[in-house]
Amino acid sequence: MRKITLAHGSGGSSMQDLIRDLFIKNLGNPLLNKLGDSALIDIGDKKLAYTTDSYVINPIFFPGGDIGKLSVCGTVNDLAVCGARPRYLSLGIIVEEGLDYHDLERIVLSIRYTCSKAGVNIVTGDFKVVEKGGVDKIFINTAGIGEILKGSRLSRNYIKPGDKIIVNGTIGDHAAAIVMARGELRFKSRLFSDCAPLNSLVSSIMCRGIRFMRDPTRGGLATTLNEITPSSGYNIRIDESEVPVKESVRALCEILGFDPLYMANEGKLVAVVSSRVASKILSLMKAHPLGRNSKIIGEVEEAKDKRVYLKTRIGGTRILDVLRGEQLPRIC
Amino acid sequence: MKFIDEFRNSKIAKNISGAIFNKSLGMKSINLMEVCGTHTMSISRFGIRRMLPSNVNLLSGPGCPVCVTPKSYIDRAIAFSNLPGIIIATFGDMMRVPGSYSSLMEERSKGRSVRVVYSALDAIDIAEKTTAKDVIFLGIGFETTAPTVAASLVDAKKKGLDNFFVYAGHKVILPAMKALAEDREVNIDGFLCPAHVSAIIGTAPYDIIAGRYNIPCVVAGFEPLDILQGLLMLIEQVKSKKKKTVKNQYKRVVKRSGNKKALSLIEKVFSRGDSEWRGMGRIAESGLYLNKRYSRFDAERAFSLPRIRTMPDKGCICGEVLKGIKTPFECKLFDRDCNPDRPQGACMVSSEGTCAAYYRDRQ
Repeated sequence: MRKITLAHGSGGSSMQDLIRDLFIKNLGNPLLNKLGDSALIDIGDKKLAYTTDSYVINPIFFPGGDIGKLSVCGTVNDLAVCGARPRYLSLGIIVEEGLDYHDLERIVLSIRYTCSKAGVNIVTGDFKVVEKGGVDKIFINTAGIGEILKGSRLSRNYIKPGDKIIVNGTIGDHAAAIVMARGELRFKSRLFSDCAPLNSLVSSIMCRGIRFMRDPTRGGLATTLNEITPSSGYNIRIDESEVPVKESVRALCEILGFDPLYMANEGKLVAVVSSRVASKILSLMKAHPLGRNSKIIGEVEEAKDKRVYLKTRIGGTRILDVLRGEQLPRIC
Repeated sequence: MKFIDEFRNSKIAKNISGAIFNKSLGMKSINLMEVCGTHTMSISRFGIRRMLPSNVNLLSGPGCPVCVTPKSYIDRAIAFSNLPGIIIATFGDMMRVPGSYSSLMEERSKGRSVRVVYSALDAIDIAEKTTAKDVIFLGIGFETTAPTVAASLVDAKKKGLDNFFVYAGHKVILPAMKALAEDREVNIDGFLCPAHVSAIIGTAPYDIIAGRYNIPCVVAGFEPLDILQGLLMLIEQVKSKKKKTVKNQYKRVVKRSGNKKALSLIEKVFSRGDSEWRGMGRIAESGLYLNKRYSRFDAERAFSLPRIRTMPDKGCICGEVLKGIKTPFECKLFDRDCNPDRPQGACMVSSEGTCAAYYRDRQ
């Protein structure tokens, strides 16, 4: 009998297959089939973006954030990278009986703080408690609505050869912080999750030259780039030595045999921009607190095998594939 | 990153790659086998294949612990996980390896207790914290992991733990290299010997490969410059008419006599026996089993399992791939029924497996 395994939820190819063969097959419609971070809807003369996401994380408090902050940032970012100004959020919470009241309060206060930073309001909500073991401590779902920003016209179809790929800072910070916060490793670190709302960064750079944006969460930068290539129809070439990675994150990855390119981020975006405006956008991003370490990491190429290629640190080349299953620590 | 970036310098890499091109100019095809899975992984991660001339072939050897673990081992590990009150502790790579009927990951999704650990010592921790359950650690890997497992067993004995067990599946690398050197089908011009394993066993054991079979050996580190230099050193030996020898590129870590402390730990806990290698069959004296003094930690003695019929691999040519006789492209299953999401053979499961590496690089 087929069972759902963790690999089906890890953002890699198993999950993409499941989405296609189960969800799109049964629930598909023109808006859903686009599989954007948000659905773009026209209501009257208003253009809106609409998205939802559920948050489960262990531990629920971690350096740099908590499940509350995460559940606001994730939804805000999904709207922001679609070129929308996030406005209203819904909040659904399921709690396992026995959770400390104080912990729940901390999470709610964190939601309040993050909402005020992102300029959004929680306008509707739901709260349920289930028996011990029904969920792990607390699960949160948020949905969000945003207005499409003026001048934003984003689609993978607009991507052209020569376009530059920009990322707004070091990658892998979130996943590395979570791995450390689980306390399974016998060493300490000062790693912080990059969890942050990206809407103010997006509105500070929004212009016609931006073709497409995505936030590389589960599956990391590599998986996100691989979501861009099939529909753009072109190749992407990334220069590994240009991809910003914190020393501490790289060191952790070396120890565990992980690749930072596949590690989740919660405060990062990848932008594909026309080469004409690339340096202007880069300097705008660098002027923003969430983009100080922004870098151009690669570009779109004429070749059409729809692959992502990585120029490695030593000058070799390899295909950067999507994440297969979970990233698992290696043996030796 | 200090002590890492120095060995990933692109200028030096380009120079060594140039020297390899020069040296191998005009030579017929040169088959070099990287014995260890971490080398395979590094070669693919840094795109080293594309920095070599077309007459230099890199064959991936039998040094990927997951790849050479036989299906029957997985079947039995799964059977252990189905016994009441058992926690299986395993290295992460083992989770997705398909057995005859299931994988450990599937078993976990059915509710069996399977935990990923980073070392055997973590498994000891679990045993100490969950005294009501029995913890079985899946002990696979080569001389690199064997000493830490041995250390954990010494620790368990000292602490008097009675709920910690090891399902011994460890292997030693030299008998497999000898089997390859003796196999007439196999055509290897040089061995790139493992870094970590050699840190434990030293370079002396490879003398027999160079001496008896006239195949040059170079022990090389896992960083890209180490690998490139190691390959260059091998090609120099292949080209030269002199007697083939064992050379050490990885002097900053590997000594001729190895790590005596680690070796004596292995000696203390394990004894040698024949062992089944996936795709290569039974190889004499190639396995490490718990010796008499530690037999009470032996999962196979402590728990009895029902008879399990291990199904043969259908169409999978992992064995020939592991020996370097065939490339994954010659396998009927490759990229059709077998891919990293639905692996049929172990070489596709582990990210260091040959098939997985070829899959990433397929055109």
